[in-house]
Amino acid sequence: MLRDITLGQYYRTDSLIHRLDPRVKLVGTLVFIISLFVVDNFIGYIIAALLLVWVIKLSKVPFRFMVRGMKAIVFLLLIAVIFNLFLTPGEAVFTVWKIQITREGIYLAAFMAIRLVFLLMGSSVMTLTTTPNQLTDGLEKLLNPLKKLKVPVHEISMMMSIALRFIPILLEETDKIMKAQIARGADFESGNLIKKAKSLVPLLVPLFISAFRRANDLATAMEARCYRGGEHRTKMKPLIYQKNDRLAYAVLWGYLAVCIVVGRYAG
Amino acid sequence: MSIILDHVNHIYEEDTAMAFPALVDVNLVIPDGQFIGLIGHTGSGKSTLVQHLNGLIKPTSGSVYYNGADIHEDGYNKKELRSKVGLVFQYPEHQLFEIDVFSDVCFGPKNLGLEKKDVELRAYAALKQVGIADEYFYQSPFDLSGGQKRRVAIAGVLAMKPEVLILDEPTAGLDPKGRDEILEQIAKLRKETGMTVILVSHSMEDVAKYVDRIIVMNKGKIMYDDVPKEVFRHYKELEEVGLAAPQITYIMQELRARGLRVDTDITSVEEAKKAILQAMGR
Repeated sequence: MLRDITLGQYYRTDSLIHRLDPRVKLVGTLVFIISLFVVDNFIGYIIAALLLVWVIKLSKVPFRFMVRGMKAIVFLLLIAVIFNLFLTPGEAVFTVWKIQITREGIYLAAFMAIRLVFLLMGSSVMTLTTTPNQLTDGLEKLLNPLKKLKVPVHEISMMMSIALRFIPILLEETDKIMKAQIARGADFESGNLIKKAKSLVPLLVPLFISAFRRANDLATAMEARCYRGGEHRTKMKPLIYQKNDRLAYAVLWGYLAVCIVVGRYAG
Repeated sequence: MSIILDHVNHIYEEDTAMAFPALVDVNLVIPDGQFIGLIGHTGSGKSTLVQHLNGLIKPTSGSVYYNGADIHEDGYNKKELRSKVGLVFQYPEHQLFEIDVFSDVCFGPKNLGLEKKDVELRAYAALKQVGIADEYFYQSPFDLSGGQKRRVAIAGVLAMKPEVLILDEPTAGLDPKGRDEILEQIAKLRKETGMTVILVSHSMEDVAKYVDRIIVMNKGKIMYDDVPKEVFRHYKELEEVGLAAPQITYIMQELRARGLRVDTDITSVEEAKKAILQAMGR
């Protein structure tokens, strides 16, 4: 039932992109998103598309996984396209009754669609090739300078990784409790809104209790191992930039430079 | 009147790279009134199998029949099926949610749409069946001990008056005393009501004493399906799949190997005692 829902949709395989330092992928995603908003002509988007296709090829993740997330934004995409298409003033291409489609509107709508789709695919590449734990590790390291400003960077990333870690466990637990209550004749599907909300009580109470129990166990286990935050803590797999990471950065900065130039002077 | 599984297959996450066959061509007939032990190592498919019996999961292929009707046919009343085939999950105490013990046990029969009085009568009878004393009825279920919580949870299923009672690892996490108490209670219950009981376990020791028939699962397939004595005869093969015959079987085998003429089919300590005394000529 709930088994199908996955958050942090890591695709397990071995590729150049999978092996990159998570920091590179985080920065890369950010750079890619910025680049999408820097360029506003087709040449720029062709360059972005080339980079995206190249990276997807390198990542060895089947293309259908990239588009899978697209379902979630179809609605958003449709609204953005329709609004831009019909409400942008400018040179009319054709007019039906009071509705007018302008040349500027078509361009804007197309750009908006491309931006949204690329944005989602770009971030999918990151989440598909990086485990949630790697991501939080990378984030912690990237945000390290903020420690000087007394931001509890380690604690934040620890909380994030624990939260991510618990999602599948709680989903499984929900599935189990749901089945147990269905076996006792509970009905989670029929009835009106109030009845449905009420029917969730037998699910939510045990779920909360189990979440607290697990949190308690985890806290005890951490304490028993003398966990006390980020001070002087070493890592089993410390993040160190390798040759490939430096190369990837070079490609990224090169790409951003090209995008800026193209955005400024072409089109 | 029985449960029949006909060529049941179940594959988790079909059509993905993670596809995992949990059940492979399972054929079973479970007649009324039998006491069955379903044994298998962790991940052998036993929990998946029992969830097929009350229609919680649908087989990827194959059919399940209850009293002659295909339970996945359109219009089949699944709710009624679930009241007839009661399933007690592993760690059932984790499903308790009501403010007191009595209301929690009422949850099942209430869902069946019975009159308030009937609901309460059934809850009372069920709590008595599992040996929970009156003074606990209006306590919070969360204040009870582990063993008591488990009984309350079992009562929650019994209150639906099932014809078939399935218990998934009812003794997991209990101490030896709690384990024996629960098993004795189940055996007593079954004697009193004559219902079909399926006891899922990974321990032969647990079930050997009580059941009429043992089904051994391995990697989603039925490996053995026979009376306990016959199954334990394969103790070497059982070891290979991570299971073991009751300890007494090993002792008898060893005695036999050392020249004492005893029956090696013995499954309980009492029988063993008798056999050894007899063999020694006293």
